[in-house]
Amino acid sequence: MLRRRLNRWFGGEDRRVGSRTIYVGHRPCPANEVFIPPKFCDNRIVSSKYTVWNFLPKNLFEQFRRIANFYFLIIFLVQVIVDTPTSPVTSGLPLFFVITVTAIKQGYEDWLRHKADNEVNKYRVTVLEDGRRIQKESEKIKVGDVLEVEEDETFPCDLILLQSSRDDGTCFVTTASLDGESNHKTHYTVPDTERDVESLNATIECEQPQPDLYKFVGRMHIYKNNEEPSLRSLGPENLLLKGATLKNTQSICGVAVYTGMETKMALNYQGKSQKRSVVEKSINAFLLVYLCILVSKALVCTTLKYVWQSKPGQDEPWYNEKTLKEKETNLYLNMFTDFLSFMVLFNFIIPVSMYVTVEMQKFLGSFFISWDKDFFDSEIEEGALVNTSDLNEELGQVEYVFTDKTGTLTQNNMEFIECCIDGHQYKYRDASSEVDGFCVTDGPMNTVQQKAGREREELFLRALCLCHTVQVKESTEQGQGQDGRIDQVDGLMVDGQVVPPLQEQRGFIASSPDEIALVQGAMRYGFTFLGLESKTMKILNRANDVEMYELLHVLNFDPVRRRMSVIVRSISGETLLFCKGADSSIFPRVKQEEVEKIRMHVERNATDGYRTLCVAYKHLTAEEYDQVDSGLREARLALQDREEKLMAVYNQVETGMNLIGATAVEDRLQEEAAETMEALQGAGIKVWVLTGDKMETAKSTCYACRLFKRNTELLELTVRTLESPGKRREDRLHDLLLEYHKKTVQDAPPAKTRVARNWSSQDYGFIVDGATLSMVLNSSSENNLHDYKDLFLQICQNCTSVLCCRMAPLQKAQIVKMVKNSKGSPITLSIGDGANDVSMILEAHVGIGIKGKEGRQAVRNSDYAIPKLKHLKKLLLGHGHLYYVRIAHLVQYFFYKNLCFILPQFLYQFFCGCSQQPLYDAAYLTMYNICFTSMPILAYSLFEQHISIEMLLENATLYRQIGKNAMLRWGPFLYWTLLGVFHGLVFFFGVWFLFSNPALQDNGQAFGNWSYGTIVFTILVFTVTLKLALDTRHWTWINHFVIWGSLAFYVFFSFFWGGVIWPFLRQQRLYFVFANMLSSVSAWLVIIVLILLSLLPEILYVVLRKPRGPYARQKLVQSSAGGIQSPRSSARPLLMRTFSDESNTVS
Amino acid sequence: MMASSYSAKDEDGHITVSGPGGGTLRNKKPENTAFKQQRLPAWQPILTAGTVLPAFFIIGLIFIPIGIGLYVTSNNIKEFEIDYTGDDTSSPCYNCAKNFSWNNTKSCTCTIPFQLDQPYESNVFMYYGLSNFYQNHRRYVKSRDDSQLNGNIDSLKKPSKECEPYASIDNKPIAPCGAIANSMFNDTLTLFYNDPNGTSVPIPLTSTGIAWWTDKHVKFRNPVGTNSNLTAVFQGTVKPVNWHRPVYELDTDPENNGFINEDFIVWMRTAALPTFRKLYRIIQKKNNMAPTLPRGNYTLVVDYNYPVRSFEGRKRMILSTISWMGGKNPFLGIAYITVGSVCFFLGVVLLVIHHKYGNRNNSANISN
Repeated sequence: MLRRRLNRWFGGEDRRVGSRTIYVGHRPCPANEVFIPPKFCDNRIVSSKYTVWNFLPKNLFEQFRRIANFYFLIIFLVQVIVDTPTSPVTSGLPLFFVITVTAIKQGYEDWLRHKADNEVNKYRVTVLEDGRRIQKESEKIKVGDVLEVEEDETFPCDLILLQSSRDDGTCFVTTASLDGESNHKTHYTVPDTERDVESLNATIECEQPQPDLYKFVGRMHIYKNNEEPSLRSLGPENLLLKGATLKNTQSICGVAVYTGMETKMALNYQGKSQKRSVVEKSINAFLLVYLCILVSKALVCTTLKYVWQSKPGQDEPWYNEKTLKEKETNLYLNMFTDFLSFMVLFNFIIPVSMYVTVEMQKFLGSFFISWDKDFFDSEIEEGALVNTSDLNEELGQVEYVFTDKTGTLTQNNMEFIECCIDGHQYKYRDASSEVDGFCVTDGPMNTVQQKAGREREELFLRALCLCHTVQVKESTEQGQGQDGRIDQVDGLMVDGQVVPPLQEQRGFIASSPDEIALVQGAMRYGFTFLGLESKTMKILNRANDVEMYELLHVLNFDPVRRRMSVIVRSISGETLLFCKGADSSIFPRVKQEEVEKIRMHVERNATDGYRTLCVAYKHLTAEEYDQVDSGLREARLALQDREEKLMAVYNQVETGMNLIGATAVEDRLQEEAAETMEALQGAGIKVWVLTGDKMETAKSTCYACRLFKRNTELLELTVRTLESPGKRREDRLHDLLLEYHKKTVQDAPPAKTRVARNWSSQDYGFIVDGATLSMVLNSSSENNLHDYKDLFLQICQNCTSVLCCRMAPLQKAQIVKMVKNSKGSPITLSIGDGANDVSMILEAHVGIGIKGKEGRQAVRNSDYAIPKLKHLKKLLLGHGHLYYVRIAHLVQYFFYKNLCFILPQFLYQFFCGCSQQPLYDAAYLTMYNICFTSMPILAYSLFEQHISIEMLLENATLYRQIGKNAMLRWGPFLYWTLLGVFHGLVFFFGVWFLFSNPALQDNGQAFGNWSYGTIVFTILVFTVTLKLALDTRHWTWINHFVIWGSLAFYVFFSFFWGGVIWPFLRQQRLYFVFANMLSSVSAWLVIIVLILLSLLPEILYVVLRKPRGPYARQKLVQSSAGGIQSPRSSARPLLMRTFSDESNTVS
Repeated sequence: MMASSYSAKDEDGHITVSGPGGGTLRNKKPENTAFKQQRLPAWQPILTAGTVLPAFFIIGLIFIPIGIGLYVTSNNIKEFEIDYTGDDTSSPCYNCAKNFSWNNTKSCTCTIPFQLDQPYESNVFMYYGLSNFYQNHRRYVKSRDDSQLNGNIDSLKKPSKECEPYASIDNKPIAPCGAIANSMFNDTLTLFYNDPNGTSVPIPLTSTGIAWWTDKHVKFRNPVGTNSNLTAVFQGTVKPVNWHRPVYELDTDPENNGFINEDFIVWMRTAALPTFRKLYRIIQKKNNMAPTLPRGNYTLVVDYNYPVRSFEGRKRMILSTISWMGGKNPFLGIAYITVGSVCFFLGVVLLVIHHKYGNRNNSANISN
């Protein structure tokens, strides 16, 4: 069942059924009565979204699909249609600006795509047609065309390899641009087609296009002059993917099977689903609140207006008569338009510019991550990669980290440590004789202590040399003069003596580093794998003889079976099956009496943190082989359920084997893995390790990473603990779950005291394996009494770290999903480096890819990619923390500044007969958000470091302060809203009191309504900017420039705007209003006192909060220092103390 | 090569920008500049009680004297106010107010005696005040044509739509058009000093210098026709409905006539609040010895033309001296004294807290 789900996962949900038939070279085939040329799409790649003609309507449609843009469009339309207080320009201009900028950006990107498309589509390719070579444009390729591709060219579409210039019918390709794996992969021609491409008469039947790069099934019918058509099975090894490049091969011929948008590459680039951050959800919630405020304001004003008008003489005094049109319109229609007018008047409370600023902040901010030189890894010559800028702030909110083990926690740099043959331990050491409980380990150079019989030893080493899919790298690029394998072999033969350093330089390429480690291990013991040449494996044995084995079948590794096998035939005609795999998958398939000898070694190795593999072999009789052979061929030809059928055959073959031995390979920890994990735990992040590895190995890695500590009590929920005599596994599971639940959840101290949990109470570590997990997850449907899933989740959430071993990729995603959807919907982060982590990377809120050794798939699907695990610490604690604080402040500030912008305007309605008279001039209304107050907050949100990065990294506990969206909860939101209300009230009524006598100039002249508005607006701009200045903890020259520059610009603009009679304006409202305002001492005085009064609570708040700052921080530091039990912890408090001393001197 | 072009894809019309593309960054070590590494030199102010306390005290010490100064200044300003609305039977203007009709060709005059208890030493400014008059009503505020007022001939002949329903009568354009101009305050206020010896001396009132200089000289301009005669220029336009005289007969002085009449300009600057005052006349100080308005009995003679009863408005005449801060307004003084005291008080409170708290902080440190 799992297998099927796995298939569905990889195959994409909407895999089309059926298959397609392709006529090679468009030649009709005798088998078909009627030749109907099937219709497929052409080879044009269309990645662009628009054409010149549909750009405008389509782009506008897409833009206005966004709710905010739509809202502003509506406001704009209302302004155009209804007679509203502000001109349509005030909201039209910003909207137009946003829409235009977005359209230009998208247009430019689309133009780039067009260019790229054209480059690909117009690329000249060679098509073989009726024996002639014809140059064609790539876009004209049709399915069935036979193409010729030369070395270093890129395949223009997905091809089935028919002919290669290499003798052995192979070609090499690199798929660097597809999945980033730069190694050369071997692809094979379809047998029997090699010689006669020109006259080949064949049809290909293959599945409909699907995006999985590594999966392809099809078969080829070859028709030879009236003979019975022969059938060949096609697999991924015959398929050359568009985008891959031909290497080391002069030229190949292939037939196009998938073209254009149906190529696997094109199918793979159909964007990922968009992830939205919590901050964005908060913004939406706040928007809703503000929308309610807006509507209620408009309602209040409309009601008041009609109440006010009902008094005699107020609605239409003699000095202010309505126009004829106004008199005639229906009362209710009037009410409605009045309501709309108020909406328009107050609509600035929800600013367009916030969206622009937020997007800009995210876009520009993400550059700092990719620019960070701390993320640069000199080994791979790469820094961090940002695939999305939408999630910067999410990095500061992570509560759960799901990490892969291999390649992420560990280096995935395997080293062969020891092996065990028939229960005897062999350890490769330079010079040591070590006595342990089992045997003497003695390892003089290249000689293995004769412990087990020589026969068994050699068998074991041969097995290591044969049972793999490793390739020998052609070393032409290294320029060592070793042109091919043959030369090298010759060299070795001549040398006679095998020189280890030379051996080490031999390059191996394999899909998994374990295999390389094993082959290299075998090499140390004298068995060297020389390579695979036309189905023949060559081995250089201890006696420097080359042994040849014919490779009959490779039974590929897969994560479900957890083993792989090869079937080879030796020169002597013996047919052998070698199998290697995880102990759990090998032990049940070998003779039981052999198991016990090996099991102890395997378990000991596993506890040491080594990766263990067991090696087994089996003699196949001729009949047996024939049966297997035909079974495999049949399964491989199947179009439907090929995987299942193959699996069945594999399982059938791999039984009754003889266990030879086991290997132990060390996978070293990543640099600073333990420190990183410790920092994450200090930051209150729960780390879960999800691995496909076995429990013991994973557990030891966890100890090594200090995820489990010495005093951590481990709760195991694995197949082993479930095995208990006399009980059903389900019952036992039930008991264990309840017991653990009691321990961790019910007996745990209440949440309040748990803050200082680090040293006071017991730490729990939880271990679960894949099989048990699926029992837990699937039980809920059958057993309604106890929702195991809930219990399980609660246990997990109360443990400091959780280890899930033996996980299939899909299960990893399941776990992430389960946690993601649990109560409180915590923010999850997945980090991994391999293809098996892709599902969990996609599932989690934030997906991080490690630019590791297992290819590029994780990186490609991630949101951020970093070279090493240790960089996660700075990414979360440094960048994440800062980005969160920045954007949270940005959002709150935006709402605040627009609230105190619009509140005076609202209050003014009570003094102008609720007539929708705007308080501020249209220019101020428009420019407020665009020019006067936008730059300082943008600068703040890019450069603010309220705590320096070093300190953030040093004190992981600081991360907890912003956890759970702390700065965007309703509390802070209420604070900011109240602050905005307070400021709005101060601005309006301060000036109102002043205007009780409007004669404010020393020549007795009086101020009018526009002066009133300008004074309020001046106070507003200054207060709002200075408020931000008070919040800024990190003043770079840019902050200075932008903050003071904005204020200066406001003053300059006001002079300029009021200094000229603008011919395009109908009313010169502000003519010299600003200058006259400045000439009044009273205006100056009121501006100063009101700004100060507004900022007073803020200053007070900062001051009253600040003295507690260092003290509180010190406390936190103490508690975290107490939690650290590592030997280094002695150094820590010293550091802390200097830090806290420092902060004391500052205060 | 295709892959990089695909990565710039964004699905819906968002302004989402897929971060800096990978292609350019590969094999390139990030530059080690202060900007890119977020290590720009920065000033990191820390607002603590220590730094803010002095500021509080300084603010308190500065603001309280300023506030006292402002308060004293405001108190020294002499202001006298008479309500002459005439809705009260005892009021001298009761009859005028009651019998008001737009058709009256002869203006109704009422005289109001009043007494000044103190002499007014410096220049005295005479204001008229209106209450419950919504000059800031939206329909009212926009009902003007600044282009016409700036002397544009086209706008003179064809006033803007905003002026409706005061734009034209019988297809003849109104000059000046609009509700604001139409409702211009047209009571005439004159002052007489009742000499102790029984004679009544008219007090000279200056009607210039009451509008903003820029309004009078730039924003408002008479239309320039073929001849300099204003009457000829305004030929073809009609006076606003509620005016008694056309705009070119507002004053005899050509520098104060037509659109640049200062009474008109003052009226056109719409007030901020429904209760407001506007500068009407200035009583210049004659010589240094005698006060501008000595204490004694005065008579205010009102040509009652402006009806306010229909909307329950009130009319006032205000005499006021002016200081450097403008007219009488105790608010600023009070505000400064309040804010100053609050700062000072907070300073004291903070000092106490800081003192106590600082000790505790130190002890905690020692124990560590």
